[in-house]
Amino acid sequence: MKTFKLVLPVLLTAFALSATTTVHAQSKEQFVPVLSYRTGPYGPNGTPWANGFVDYLKLMNVKGGINGVKISYEECETGYDTARSVECYERLKSKNPSFVQTLSTGATFAITEKAPGDKIPVVTVGYGRSESADGAVFKWNFPIAGTYWVAADTILQAIAKKEGDWSSIKGKKIALVYHDSPFGKEPIPLMQERSRIHGFELQLLPVTAPGVEQKATWLQVRQARPDYVVLWGWGVMNSTAIKEAQATGYPREKMYGVWWAGAEPDVKDVADGAKGYNAVTIQHGAEPNSDIVKTLLAQLHSKGQGTGPKEEVGQVLYLRGVMSAMIGIEGIRAAQERFGKGKVMTGEQVRWGLENLNLTQAKLDALGFKGVMRPISTSCMDHMGAAWTRIHTWDGQKWVFTSDWMQADEQILKPLVKATADKYATEKKLVRRTGQDCQS
Amino acid sequence: MFYRENGQFKTSYPQDQQIFPIAQDRVFVVLLLLVAFAAVPFFASDYMFRAILIPFVIMAMAALGVNILVGYCGQISLGSGAFMAVGAYGAYNFFARVPEMPLLPALLLGGLCATAFGVLFGLPSLRVRGLYLAVATLAAQFFADWMFLRVKWFTLDTPSGSVSVSNLQVFGMSLDSDVSKYLFCLTLLVVIALLAKNLVRGAIGREWMAIRDMDVAAAVIGIRPMYAKLSAFAVSSFIIGVAGSLWAFIYLGSWEPSAFSVDQSFRLLFMVIIGGMGSIMGGFLGAAFIVILPIFLNQFLPMVAGLAGFEISTTVVSHAELMIFGAMIVWFLIVEPHGLAKLWSIGKQKMRVWPFPY
Repeated sequence: MKTFKLVLPVLLTAFALSATTTVHAQSKEQFVPVLSYRTGPYGPNGTPWANGFVDYLKLMNVKGGINGVKISYEECETGYDTARSVECYERLKSKNPSFVQTLSTGATFAITEKAPGDKIPVVTVGYGRSESADGAVFKWNFPIAGTYWVAADTILQAIAKKEGDWSSIKGKKIALVYHDSPFGKEPIPLMQERSRIHGFELQLLPVTAPGVEQKATWLQVRQARPDYVVLWGWGVMNSTAIKEAQATGYPREKMYGVWWAGAEPDVKDVADGAKGYNAVTIQHGAEPNSDIVKTLLAQLHSKGQGTGPKEEVGQVLYLRGVMSAMIGIEGIRAAQERFGKGKVMTGEQVRWGLENLNLTQAKLDALGFKGVMRPISTSCMDHMGAAWTRIHTWDGQKWVFTSDWMQADEQILKPLVKATADKYATEKKLVRRTGQDCQS
Repeated sequence: MFYRENGQFKTSYPQDQQIFPIAQDRVFVVLLLLVAFAAVPFFASDYMFRAILIPFVIMAMAALGVNILVGYCGQISLGSGAFMAVGAYGAYNFFARVPEMPLLPALLLGGLCATAFGVLFGLPSLRVRGLYLAVATLAAQFFADWMFLRVKWFTLDTPSGSVSVSNLQVFGMSLDSDVSKYLFCLTLLVVIALLAKNLVRGAIGREWMAIRDMDVAAAVIGIRPMYAKLSAFAVSSFIIGVAGSLWAFIYLGSWEPSAFSVDQSFRLLFMVIIGGMGSIMGGFLGAAFIVILPIFLNQFLPMVAGLAGFEISTTVVSHAELMIFGAMIVWFLIVEPHGLAKLWSIGKQKMRVWPFPY
């Protein structure tokens, strides 16, 4: 009791102190919040992403910032939990963030509702809501470089190509083994659409999150013997699925993962067992020889300033973090070109920058992304900017590209994006942005 | 010295039966309400509202509901997350399907859905008790998880299974600002807490407590176990359901079934155990402990490290947060197994005899 009485005031004052310290905002620096998860069931996959993201921000500061404006950042651990992500978002909001990367589909849904009010752009490179590519409805969302519908469409294209063409997958059976969450359910509308057009049978096999227990699912795979399995997993679910496929004897060559199920942590435990397993990539794969990786190694890691282990630099998820940070930073740079070089940009200005992003091949090459990425150009109506992917395959040691560049089919994607975005707009009583609003 | 009831004579039954018979308590509660309603909106920042106060108020309401079932009626339940989910999705369906549905009736109807669900899953309590009942209510949790993930009807066939609400209004006032959200939740909490307090003071609350203390003896003196247990389930799940719909509508705005996972059930049960079983106050203290402490640790640890001159990574912080949080739960339970509410009442007792303890 006595100790309690002593402890309580200490705790209260400490709380008051910490509450006041979080309020002060830095005005001279461009603030970037980093919502990450390095713990929990998704930690092994979240960590390299966060390392890459933070490393790129550090590299920008080593290079002198964005036209002289230094970047400050703060990490906040979300544990892939939506409520915690929202708390992190609220906590870092007071520091005038340039943009926010939510790094979880659940959190993207929640923050999408809050961001327009706070005037903070939500950048979701390769995740989030697929229909948010429609900039006329989702003014503050930027699923730049690809959405889950792009991933699903190009996976199906790759399967069709393997079989010959679209007509030859008629009557085939494709199973979607997915993480039972908004993340896993995202590709379903597109795959259903494709299945309706091309006449293949789509089998939906949900896996309860976090996906450590998949015996029942793979028993179904064993019974149904689908011609292809599309794996829509994240974190521990991926390696478990591949192990189960191995145990069931399902050929890994016939498995295609989404880009969150196609990185080193997913396959390295299984190593040889995962040989032949394919995954779609959001433009980049593992690129240990690219210029940007060499720069990061030379400027940060060789000086002991890098984040995370040196060996992981250039791996798939690390590079996804680097690319995500780069896209956000280039959005700020584009904003500076309009609103004043060398100034700190507000969330609204960065939103304009992200909407008018034009990453040409020359710019990308200069940034060190030669061979890693293709040009991206966003507009008021198109917040995605590019829909290019490749397939890479695990050869037992490393990921190697096994396909050419593929582009998601606009004919399929566009109507679906528009219809879903319109549905959202009616629900929220939003009006589509007109040409005039695009100028602002 | 100041806190003692000497000289306060009760001359009528209403005076004797009021909720706070001691004048100082009444003053304290009125002051507390004044601070919560009038002072806090002026001083709290955005972050305070959105990340701390609103979740605290909503969770306090949920903990209150769980406390009625677990603390007052003695029926251990691990299905609280499910009741929250039913409340949230029930309210959502009324809100989205019925044209021009106002918010408040939608929330209350959501609570009624949870009531029906709670009574249904309370039926096993007539046959099993204790740990067995906990396992039986766990079934409610898994059932709700399954239902809202797989039955598309409940989520209006949204492809991702995530639903959202916006443009919330109460009596023509928009609930867009944080202050209005906070005041709305707080008002509901105060009303529900008052109703709950009166329920547990009355005949029905005494029945619940009799069942909790010994159900055979209670049956012998003429209390119908079925009625008492099911009414506890009904009242408790109504409150939890309303809290769940607030959690979804007001706090999250957009949610998926995992927002009401089994973790949520455990958290609510911990709130009640740590806060104090069978005490309205306990729900509030427990909610404060479980909701605020982790967030506090998460910000406090880097700050302390910063003062000491070194930086710690977010990984270390979140691991440390869990460890310290766990250690504190154990410590509190050893120091005071009857929960924080008991500490509170011990504190009050000490105040009464201060400065001359005997």
